[in-house]
Amino acid sequence: MRKVAIVGIGITKFGELWEMSYRSLAAEAGLKAVEDAGLSGDEIDALYGGTMTPGLFTDGQEHGGPLLADAAGLTGIPSTRIEAACASGGAALRQAYISVGSGINDIVVAGGVEKMTDVLTPSATFALMGAGDQKWEGFYGVTFPALYAMMARRHMYEYGTTEEQMALVAVKNHANGSKNSNTQYPFKVTLDQVMNSTPIADPIKLLDCSPITDGAAAVILASEDKAKELTDTPIYIESSGMATDTLALHDRKSLSRTDAAIKAGKDAYKLAGITHNDVDLAEVHDCFTIAEILAIEALGFCNIGEGGKFTEEGETEMGGKIPVNTSGGLKAKGHPVGATGIAQAVEITEQLRGEAKARQVDGAEIALTHNVGGSGATCVVHIFKRRN
Amino acid sequence: MAVKGLPASWRKIPQRYNLIGDECKTCGERFFPPVTICPNCRRTGSLERYKFSGEGEIFSYTVVRAAQEGFDFQIPYFLGIIKLKEGPLVISQIVDSDPEEIDIGKKVKTVFRKVREDGSDGVIRYGYKFILDR
Ligand SMILES: [Zn+2]
Repeated sequence: MRKVAIVGIGITKFGELWEMSYRSLAAEAGLKAVEDAGLSGDEIDALYGGTMTPGLFTDGQEHGGPLLADAAGLTGIPSTRIEAACASGGAALRQAYISVGSGINDIVVAGGVEKMTDVLTPSATFALMGAGDQKWEGFYGVTFPALYAMMARRHMYEYGTTEEQMALVAVKNHANGSKNSNTQYPFKVTLDQVMNSTPIADPIKLLDCSPITDGAAAVILASEDKAKELTDTPIYIESSGMATDTLALHDRKSLSRTDAAIKAGKDAYKLAGITHNDVDLAEVHDCFTIAEILAIEALGFCNIGEGGKFTEEGETEMGGKIPVNTSGGLKAKGHPVGATGIAQAVEITEQLRGEAKARQVDGAEIALTHNVGGSGATCVVHIFKRRN
Repeated sequence: MAVKGLPASWRKIPQRYNLIGDECKTCGERFFPPVTICPNCRRTGSLERYKFSGEGEIFSYTVVRAAQEGFDFQIPYFLGIIKLKEGPLVISQIVDSDPEEIDIGKKVKTVFRKVREDGSDGVIRYGYKFILDR
């Protein structure tokens, strides 16, 4: 593997963007990334686009490869749609990383996009259930909040995790998100507001959930040589780890632990030659507040079962032992499913470049992204490093 | 949602109506829902159909208050992950039970019920649900 670096980033506003289409979102993120990298576009060798289901979320449109290349004005290059449910973005980043690392391509776009608000909420809920097991979960009326609720219930039963501890994840991520201009919900929430929000699937309440969001993000990856020509601040991708688990939650070895994340994390640490102690900040997949607790445990930032307490003690806040979701996370920033994994890489790049303004983690050198598909059936972990 | 033909629903009748899964004769593990290959033994596995008793206990549960299309009329409803007596975990609704009594560890058994009306194949769908077993 050659060294690979991020040389350009682009992201749209996240939110309910009635004036923006799937194609215009993709184009905006792509063009911003190309501009940020100082390219004309002719230098781009290939594109990998993470997108979960434009067909069900919009108008039956599939064939995402040419769709995304066309939208970004890059018709002609090899362009591949990558689908791994809510981890589609992370999986696209991994393919782009492998493609440059292998030497096949020098400059590649990894993008992610989802347009989710063109359908009504029950239809979006059905489409999202495609990330689970439609045959053995969805058929019986299972929803994603319900799956995470049953994981939360088990975590509470086995480890004594409380609803307040989960709510504190939302409080923290909204506080971080209030400093991010791209965020869907850039406001703070209180513990009481989260605890008293509408129940969705007990013990999960409305403010424990990430929203339904339109948005897109893109990063440009380059080989080390090209990266040094293009920028003074290349952000290196040190490693990529990916693992799968059973599609259905009930087939797993444990409901209170995410084994794919544990494996993806271990592989990524090993390939990067670091441990969790070396990581200065992390963007993790907080589609629900319990998901962040499961993530920080899986990644080794605290022991299994202690994620609630670790959160309560403020260790994942700005200034804590390991700041988690400085962007606001999926919770506040929004969760356009295919774009999320790339948006995480955008935040990490801003942090490691030292351009995160009010959200900046001082002296950040090494950072991590953790992107989950479904209830944990896919997990993709990337480790990034700033070098002088 | 796409309009489907009938075979996809017909194919799952043994499982959904009669709780028929698989037993691997090589390692002895029982699977529900059915598997396509024994994950423990792979090529050396030997799967045979196995009918589950339908008895088990609640492993985890929730109350769904915001549903996907087709289930709106049922909310709120209980969902449970049930640990079957024979080993595997399975998910379905918990019905006709006192909400105050539903908890982890409580004994349940299957009942045969209508799951939803008017699926994408135009057929009313039936299957197993669970009730508290006292
Ligand atoms: Zn076997």
